Amino acid sequence: MEKILEVKDLHISFHTFSGEVQAIRGVNFDLHKGETLAIVGESGSGKSVTSKAIMHLLPESNSEIKQGQILFEGKDLAKLSDKAMQKIRGKDISMIFQDPMTSLNPTMKVGRQIIEPIMKHQKLSKGAAKKRAIEILDLVGIPNPEVRFEQYPHQFSGGMRQRVVIAIALACNPKVLIADEPTTALDVTIQAQILELMKALQKKIDTSIIFITHDLGVVANVADRVAVMYGGKIVEVGTVDEVFYNPQHPYTWGLISSMPTLDTEDEELYAIPGTPPDLLHPPKGDAFAPRNRYAMKIDLEKQPPMFKVSDTHYAATWLLHPEAPKVEPPEAVQKRKRQFLGLKEGN
Amino acid sequence: MAKYVTQRIIYMIITLFLIASFTFFLMKIIPGTPFTKADKLSETQLAIMKEKYGLDDPVPVQYANYMMNLVKGDLGVSFQFDNVGVTEIIVKSFGPSAQLGFQAIIFGTIFGIILGVLAALKQNTWVDYGSTFIAVLGKSIPSFVFAGLMQYYLGVKLGWFPVAFWRGPEYTILPTIALAMFPLATAARFVRTEMIEVLESDYIVLAKAKGASWFDIAFKHALRNALIPVVTVLGPLVVSLMTGSLVIEKIFGIPGIGEQFVKSIQVNDYPVIMGTTLLFAALFVVVILIVDLLYGVIDPRIRLAGGKK
Repeated sequence: MEKILEVKDLHISFHTFSGEVQAIRGVNFDLHKGETLAIVGESGSGKSVTSKAIMHLLPESNSEIKQGQILFEGKDLAKLSDKAMQKIRGKDISMIFQDPMTSLNPTMKVGRQIIEPIMKHQKLSKGAAKKRAIEILDLVGIPNPEVRFEQYPHQFSGGMRQRVVIAIALACNPKVLIADEPTTALDVTIQAQILELMKALQKKIDTSIIFITHDLGVVANVADRVAVMYGGKIVEVGTVDEVFYNPQHPYTWGLISSMPTLDTEDEELYAIPGTPPDLLHPPKGDAFAPRNRYAMKIDLEKQPPMFKVSDTHYAATWLLHPEAPKVEPPEAVQKRKRQFLGLKEGN
Repeated sequence: MAKYVTQRIIYMIITLFLIASFTFFLMKIIPGTPFTKADKLSETQLAIMKEKYGLDDPVPVQYANYMMNLVKGDLGVSFQFDNVGVTEIIVKSFGPSAQLGFQAIIFGTIFGIILGVLAALKQNTWVDYGSTFIAVLGKSIPSFVFAGLMQYYLGVKLGWFPVAFWRGPEYTILPTIALAMFPLATAARFVRTEMIEVLESDYIVLAKAKGASWFDIAFKHALRNALIPVVTVLGPLVVSLMTGSLVIEKIFGIPGIGEQFVKSIQVNDYPVIMGTTLLFAALFVVVILIVDLLYGVIDPRIRLAGGKK
């Protein structure tokens, strides 16, 4: 499949008073044309930083791309000037943010906020841009778009505002859409509506989506492929089926075990013990080792490379090394795998 | 909207009535008489004078008379100048003060906002420090020091501007700058603080993500959201500038109302004290109404009853 975006060996640090925080420590991933790649991980794992780095939205004063490339249509975005990035942002790559209550300008009419990128990037006249904006408002499911066009954000509900944010992001038919936890701040019924909308729109305008979330339920719903991030690195990547039903990294096992299922009853929900690594002093070995009950001696000494599981499935854990002892994943993970295989045979 | 404004105007009239009453009685407590050479007047002469101006009546009667005339729009006659109406004095001296104050607030606010925006955009660079320096100077150095320095360097030494008096537009330049330093400094500091906060908000990140240029981000997205507190602070400042500065008027030889007011208190010129106080109070309530209406213009979320469709 054709690659539209390639992130290669990305390292990002933040300079703080207490020292250099190595937030991203060698991230690699590809985004294929028309697919949805979900990046999952807990808070502080670096998923938002990665997405903001692609957009050049990290604070200039204290962040630094130490090394690596972000290749988009042959250009290395990591080396582009801010001026050149302005032409790409909102046009080729756009972004949806987490909190729709704060991401719209409260003193500007919604319509103007939508026509702004259209007029800038597509060089349309105000009238033509307005026509396009009303079309998009209609497309994202906002009733009475002509009336809504003239209103201010405070006249919209949370779900409707997120639709407006999506309309802004899609206004110029971007090739890549980065959605940074777009449903986290919404209640569950609205979440489902927004996810459905995004899926439908993706088909319509043929865009690739990077979907950042910590909600595995959402991942299963929207993604084609999943990248699991931990401690500033991608620890496992594969198709949704591979990561959900045949996970290899103990961190992914932990994530999946901590997800409730329909037959979870009174038992307490599983939680991964311990806390995320301190990236001010990143560990020498596998960052997950201190929380990993399957950790081996080498996990503490050397970082595991990406081991190939299948053509699309890779995981960074020493357990996949040919000399590693055979370890059975936790029961919850095995159960899912059995159910999945059973479903497949049933077909 | 119309209903809201009408309601506010009614409150304003009540406020002015209360201020007029309060000032009237306060003024009567000030010791002394309006007659400057009272000690040289004989008892009979004094009595005649008092009778002429109605000062021999009991205070409540004087109050009632004054308020009756006030309702008719008659502010009375000044004691200092023979038979000159208070309205006439106010109109004559308010003109220059209002013009100066207006020019100063416009000049100060515009430059203050520009300075504040630049400081916020270039935080912790020489632009920011320079702007802070100017703001600190403007706030801490009294206006008469600026006035004197400008008169000496720009007026006398370089001869660019006339040094004093009130004879035409070019005569307003130096006093305007001297008066503008304070609002300029105030606006610069408030705009900088607010802008820095606004520039960190989510909708600014979204504006960046749309590909907006820094100019659009600063002036189309951020500034309007940063203006609310600035309007709150600058509103009352408009009144204090427009009602004249005794010091600046003295230094530049401007026949303004600031000087008039102080003089009228010194000589117990009751009608002029009342007239100017009422003018200042009226200006103040009107400005507060304008500020409240401006909030709605700037921020649609505080648009008042009737503004919402």
